[in-house]
Amino acid sequence: MNARLRLRKFLSNFMLTLTGCCALIAVSVLFLILGYLVYHGGTSVNWNFFTKLPTPVGETGGGMANAIVGSAKLLFLATLFGVPVGFLGAIYLAEFSGHKIAFVVRYAADLLNGAPSIVIGIFAYSLVVKPLGHFSTFAGGVALGIMMIPITLRSTEEFLLGVPRNLREGAMALGASKWKTIVTVIVPAAYRGILTAILLAFARVAGETAPLLFTSLGNEFWSSGFNHPTASLPVMIYRYALAPYEDWHRQAWAAGLVLLALILVINIVARGILSRGTSVPRS
Amino acid sequence: MQASARQEVSVNITPPVAPSASRETGAPAEMRMTVSKVNFWYGSKHTLFDINLGIATNKVTALIGPSGCGKSTLLRTLDRMHETVRHARLEGEILLDGKNILAQDVTLLRRRVGMVFQRPNPFPKSIFENVAYGLRINGSKVPIAEAVEKSLRHGALWDEVKDHLHKSAYELSGGQQQRLCIARALAVEPEVLLLDEPCSALDPISTAKIEELLVQLKDLCTIVTVTHNMQQAARISDFTAFLLNGQLIEFSPTPHLFTTPSDPRTEAYITGRFG
Repeated sequence: MNARLRLRKFLSNFMLTLTGCCALIAVSVLFLILGYLVYHGGTSVNWNFFTKLPTPVGETGGGMANAIVGSAKLLFLATLFGVPVGFLGAIYLAEFSGHKIAFVVRYAADLLNGAPSIVIGIFAYSLVVKPLGHFSTFAGGVALGIMMIPITLRSTEEFLLGVPRNLREGAMALGASKWKTIVTVIVPAAYRGILTAILLAFARVAGETAPLLFTSLGNEFWSSGFNHPTASLPVMIYRYALAPYEDWHRQAWAAGLVLLALILVINIVARGILSRGTSVPRS
Repeated sequence: MQASARQEVSVNITPPVAPSASRETGAPAEMRMTVSKVNFWYGSKHTLFDINLGIATNKVTALIGPSGCGKSTLLRTLDRMHETVRHARLEGEILLDGKNILAQDVTLLRRRVGMVFQRPNPFPKSIFENVAYGLRINGSKVPIAEAVEKSLRHGALWDEVKDHLHKSAYELSGGQQQRLCIARALAVEPEVLLLDEPCSALDPISTAKIEELLVQLKDLCTIVTVTHNMQQAARISDFTAFLLNGQLIEFSPTPHLFTTPSDPRTEAYITGRFG
């Protein structure tokens, strides 16, 4: 009896410790990565990193200005392609479609969301790069935009469906058509959630490398417009980390640090927008 | 018990089409709306049976009855809000000023027949924008600020909010929010105002304010209110319709219905024997 009780106490404490350790590992991974990036890349994040082009092998210094601008251009295009499709699709799903269509679209979006990003890269390659005959910022933007669609769609839909039914009825009872109700009441009531969803989708694709490898390729120099290959932070990290030069490794760490910092900031901003309260009290 | 009650009606009398005469004047009331032979289904569930009812102009008509009797459903057919529910089906005729509302443009109809809901449902906008909403979406030409003030005065809310019109409507109390919703509905100058248990989510003081308001609003428009509170119906309405299991059991001038009900079921309900 006594032995049994002791065994139970031991098991209880053991499991408590085990679960606690696992929780600790889960959080510490992020901080380890962050610490590692700061340690290795922190010294290389300087003014030059943001303003200078990469230097040829053997020459120290230089920066990744072209990759930073390239990433910005890619993300701009991705948002331009992905967000409207996801957003308007979500409006259709939440407000107009029947149950069957909604089920099919949701399921397809979830599958697309789970598709390996390299597959989406191949798709964008055959859709844009092959017909045009060359790599381009445009192709990279398409690939990332495709990735943004399901994330934007699913979360926007959730936030639209979360708008209480009595608000819709209130608008319709005043003689608002369905479209007017959506534009003037439902979307404004859900806009914080929708904005958050878009930011998270943005953060999600900001670090994607695989879809860019054979769409926007890479570039040692400035890329003008959207019709040429461009450097981007994730691809730069990939190439610099694999290269056998100490200086490039440091640059890769720095790029990783900048990218992670960007994503963290976006996440924190998104969290901040949401926690200011959804604009509609749940009834 | 319930089944037998339904059977009784189906073999029984034709329900009164309209209250015969207004008690005070003795003259027949003018009808703003007429409901005739309305049957209603949610999917395969038959919820209203051959309803005939007249809504007297510039009077308060109350619909009473136990939960699930169809009073809210009947109210929602009057501005066709039932159409927002899937698988809802209506048969029969509902006239507004002699014209069938089922054949009209629904958005125009809902400007003429306004609705206030059970729970206050202000939009996530400022107090001012809530009231202005109906005017804006309908492209109204009237000066908005004046119209908003007028509606808020009609809604008995102006004095409480005039100094912070641009605050969020959610900063108001529940009772104030409901009066805001009434003001919002009044802004488009409806001919008929429908209220679906407008006080059921409110405290007694707010309820008293809204009751008082409804009586005043009679001069402005025709009022139909659903309530589960018989005392409320007795206090504010000119005519009362009693529904049970989707049937209109009795429809008379309010004092008449509450003092000398002609149907035993009405009497049983108003004396609190069920419901």
